[in-house]
Amino acid sequence: MNNRKLFAFVPLAVFIVLGIFLWRGLSIDPTELPSELADKKRPIPAFELPSLIEPEKTLTPADLKGEVALLNVWATWCPTCKEEHGFLNRLARDEGITIYGINYKDEPGKAREWLRRYLNPYQKVVLDQDGTLGLDMGVYGAPETYVLDAEGRVRYRHVGAVDAQVWETLQQVMQKVRTEAAG
Amino acid sequence: MIRLLSLCWLLLLPLSAQAAIDAYEFSSEQNEERFQQLTGELRCPKCQNQNIADSDAPLAADLRREVHRMVEAGESDNSIIDFMVTRYGEFVLYRPRLNETTWLLWYGPFVLLGIGALVIVLISRNRRQRQVAASASATSEGSRQNGYQPSEGLSPEEAERLNQLLQRDKDQ
Repeated sequence: MNNRKLFAFVPLAVFIVLGIFLWRGLSIDPTELPSELADKKRPIPAFELPSLIEPEKTLTPADLKGEVALLNVWATWCPTCKEEHGFLNRLARDEGITIYGINYKDEPGKAREWLRRYLNPYQKVVLDQDGTLGLDMGVYGAPETYVLDAEGRVRYRHVGAVDAQVWETLQQVMQKVRTEAAG
Repeated sequence: MIRLLSLCWLLLLPLSAQAAIDAYEFSSEQNEERFQQLTGELRCPKCQNQNIADSDAPLAADLRREVHRMVEAGESDNSIIDFMVTRYGEFVLYRPRLNETTWLLWYGPFVLLGIGALVIVLISRNRRQRQVAASASATSEGSRQNGYQPSEGLSPEEAERLNQLLQRDKDQ
């Protein structure tokens, strides 16, 4: 008799469990991928690539170490990169943020022209013409912006344009990394 | 007439000449098979819900190139899959590996099947017991003085009273 009554609640229980899963599903963005580099705080993978700005110079991960910085993956073929470029310029100029760039699968001539025309927020730009560094980093769409700590490890990744709202998150992460290093 | 027919035939030709996106050379048929299998099983991070064999995205082309390079270099399937996972995460596996987080995914269906089987066994056993009990009480009806066995949920006093009431009905 009692068992019977309990059975009547089975559909309700199933409904509640399903509801919880579906509700959670609403707030998950399936296009947002976790970054292996950022999740495991891995350093930037090894590379030896020319600098976009000084083509005779070779850059390695050691060149991106030293301070908490942003690493921005961009290309002239990427419209969203153009959208965020002004904001990056402002970050570099007004906030004094160190920004490194990876010019991803692009034509160097066009990229240099772009930096001349729209100003250069980057301290160093790695020229990744074949996208090998991008591949090793798990880049799946430009623009992507990474937060690096002073040891050159990846602490956070954002896919898409950087704007005021995204900057708030990036700033928090950078602050956290800085206090972590100090403490 | 023949000219017309051959013209019609020419119209059909381009349909069968759909070329693959990119052509790779393989040193052996086995390598080609492995390439097909791996690219069919790896998911494109950019254009989700497509494998990298199927996708036209530049990123998928890069990944195919890498898979081709590694297959030709004689690397094992495992090391190729590891290569992809260290870059793009478990997400790229259309056939997830067995670990703590995917345990439910792989064995969940069998667990559910087991629960279902258990429920069926319990229900059928319950029913059989009830049938046996029913036929037993039916056969013992005549030989018993008190035709009714105290049933579940009745205290001895209540059972006694019930039997008295039944007895009274029979006497009338």
